Amino acid sequence: MRHLLSTADLDRAEAVVVLDTAAQMAATQSREIKKLPTLHGRTVVNLFFEDSTRTRISFETAAKRLSADVINFSAKGSSVSKGESLKDTALTLQAMGADAIVIRHQASGAPHLLAHAGWVDAAVINAGDGTHQHPTQALLDAFTLRRHLRPGLGEDLAGLRVAIVGDVLHSRVARSNVHLLHTLGAHVTLVAPPTLVPVGVEAWPCEVSYDLDATLAAAPDAVMMLRVQRERMSGAGGGFFPSPLEYARRYGLDGARLRMLPDHAIVLHPGPMNRGLEISAEAADSPRSVIVEQVANGVAVRMAVLYLTLAGSSASAPIEETR
Amino acid sequence: MSPRTTTDSVLVTGAALLGEDLRDVLVLDGVIAAIADAGTLAADPRAADVRHVDGTGLVLLPGLVDLHTHLREPGREDAETVLSGTRAAAAGGFTAVHAMANTTPVADTAGVVEQVWRLGRDAGWVDVFPVGAVSVGLEGTQLAELGAMATSAARVRVFSDDGKCVHDPVLMRRALEYVKAFDGVVAQHAQEPRLTEGAQMHEGVVSAEIGLRGWPAVAEEAIIARDVLLAEHVGSRLHVCHLSTAGSVEIIRWAKSRGLPVTAEVTPHHLFLTDEHARGYDPVFKVNPPLRTEADVEAVRAGLADGTIDIVATDHAPHSREDKDCEWDAAAFGMTGLETAVGVVQAAMVDTGRMTWADVARVMSANPARIGRVDEGPTAQGRPLAVGEPANLTLIDPAVRAVVVPREQATQSENSPYRGAELPGRVVATFLRGRATVLDARPVAPAGATAFDGADA
Repeated sequence: MRHLLSTADLDRAEAVVVLDTAAQMAATQSREIKKLPTLHGRTVVNLFFEDSTRTRISFETAAKRLSADVINFSAKGSSVSKGESLKDTALTLQAMGADAIVIRHQASGAPHLLAHAGWVDAAVINAGDGTHQHPTQALLDAFTLRRHLRPGLGEDLAGLRVAIVGDVLHSRVARSNVHLLHTLGAHVTLVAPPTLVPVGVEAWPCEVSYDLDATLAAAPDAVMMLRVQRERMSGAGGGFFPSPLEYARRYGLDGARLRMLPDHAIVLHPGPMNRGLEISAEAADSPRSVIVEQVANGVAVRMAVLYLTLAGSSASAPIEETR
Repeated sequence: MSPRTTTDSVLVTGAALLGEDLRDVLVLDGVIAAIADAGTLAADPRAADVRHVDGTGLVLLPGLVDLHTHLREPGREDAETVLSGTRAAAAGGFTAVHAMANTTPVADTAGVVEQVWRLGRDAGWVDVFPVGAVSVGLEGTQLAELGAMATSAARVRVFSDDGKCVHDPVLMRRALEYVKAFDGVVAQHAQEPRLTEGAQMHEGVVSAEIGLRGWPAVAEEAIIARDVLLAEHVGSRLHVCHLSTAGSVEIIRWAKSRGLPVTAEVTPHHLFLTDEHARGYDPVFKVNPPLRTEADVEAVRAGLADGTIDIVATDHAPHSREDKDCEWDAAAFGMTGLETAVGVVQAAMVDTGRMTWADVARVMSANPARIGRVDEGPTAQGRPLAVGEPANLTLIDPAVRAVVVPREQATQSENSPYRGAELPGRVVATFLRGRATVLDARPVAPAGATAFDGADA
């Protein structure tokens, strides 16, 4: 894997390799000494044009557990139209000898540009670009789903039914998951008010529903709630829904809806949550919720992605002890 | 007989007139003096001391007229100047361009339009007809002094806030009414602003997948529908710039069926490229209005062929490298087009059998000149190829196919979406009132200003 820009670039076999590698990584993380020498001497740059403490810390932890040197480059505050350009930043990092660049950017396509403009030799890992993709989030979601619902190395998610609920229009998490879960054999249903579904969604490999209760009544294996920004209701925010209360009534996952799910079903959320808006405290804190586990799995998945992009798919297994 | 000034005289032999019959065309002192069967005029004593140009295998068209060019001067001379832009126009087979008003300062006063007009005259590559802004500063609130621009030396007849839409319906109504006093036309950039806030590309399947903010077709169509109805209400001419959607074609078709004086243009890129090109996030494909779908491309081709769309205009929009070498969201809208227009139109319309070269002459010369009201007087453009007419001529070799290399073009900017693509149709020679501006497919520097003084006052 040269870069990781979009889950649409992964075929089933490649995706399963990432999940299997992540499982090996996760197995090492229950040891007392969590650090592996795998990427010793390599430099990973976290290049964040947009604030995301959670994602940055997750990548930083993953890189450090693999013994890489980590440089955090926060370009926060520099808008796309002013300040240091992406190109100049990239050339700077290239001059400093970055082996991998983990990029978070508010403009869709910025990681693609970084990977293909010829500015850098480093592996480029997309940590979220605009409303396009957030592939490691989808991989950690798939990893979490597999662990609970299809455990075992080499497994995919064939036949699983997953509902993704919320602001699909603005969500890179939804786009990444639709592609990846479809590639892994799952059936995805997007659930949102029609204002938060993009025009053109008909080409996506999924179904679309405007009715959360009907979707839950069909007994999905997992429900993934997306973050909804409160300001989306205001005129300035686009006026996508009338009020947070109406949103929560129609599309929030509360206790009653939680109890509609089959016993084995799990609840996911990429975080950070708006408790009381898209998810109630009862649902967020229930035993079905795997939201905290997603965070831990995120480190394992990002270790796997860093390993596969930096050490290359031809390299030997990262951890000789496992299997 | 006094000796001919050979710079403004030429004999073109054996060219296919409008792509049809093979003819010799003799130009003396900037005027077409004779048209006769191929092989007959070389013996004409009047042709003795004029330049002979072999037109064998070439198509002879009237000089092309672009109703929609961004020359960027004054203000953005780093991207293009009147000199470099008009040189590119000549290289593309044009003998006249209309220079859009969104310069810095905006061309919203008689002073600025006269400056652009004089720069064009001094450059001498093509006739430059400045477009005047509809509103002061393109801000869409107050009418600019349209009358002053109309009666200036630049004789402005086309008014446009292009780059921005005249979205206020009252201001649009007033502009449509006001320009009737001097037979002007409002050229509308149809873009409903609220529906396109932050818009980056056509809203559809591709935008949904790649996560760029959508520019819906309805934002164009809603404004065109409104303007057509306004034009009917006040009895004014309306010109629709760079129409790009199937729905827009339908609205124009409806307007014409009602006999309304509405004209429409399409760009070469909307005849040729689709939103699929956005997938690689290369901002060279970022343009406003955006590249649309395959179905829209088919609709604008059909509309151009059946006369619903009156003209092809380039919307040549040069940008400096730093405005394109960046993230898509941060990049400027626009692409160059003067030097690829003929090739793209040949590929999209002629080679597909949908139009003849005579049709090309209609949509790229006669119609735009008539809409811009530059088709009369001693310096008329867009006139037929006939004896006594000004000798504005373009010679095209339709058999040549060449790869587009932006760096080698005459325009100062390199933002051509056809980089690396092979296009047919080379412009071999261009003549502005008999004087060669392009020969052997290379621009020929004018020897200073011509006798053209443009103004009828």
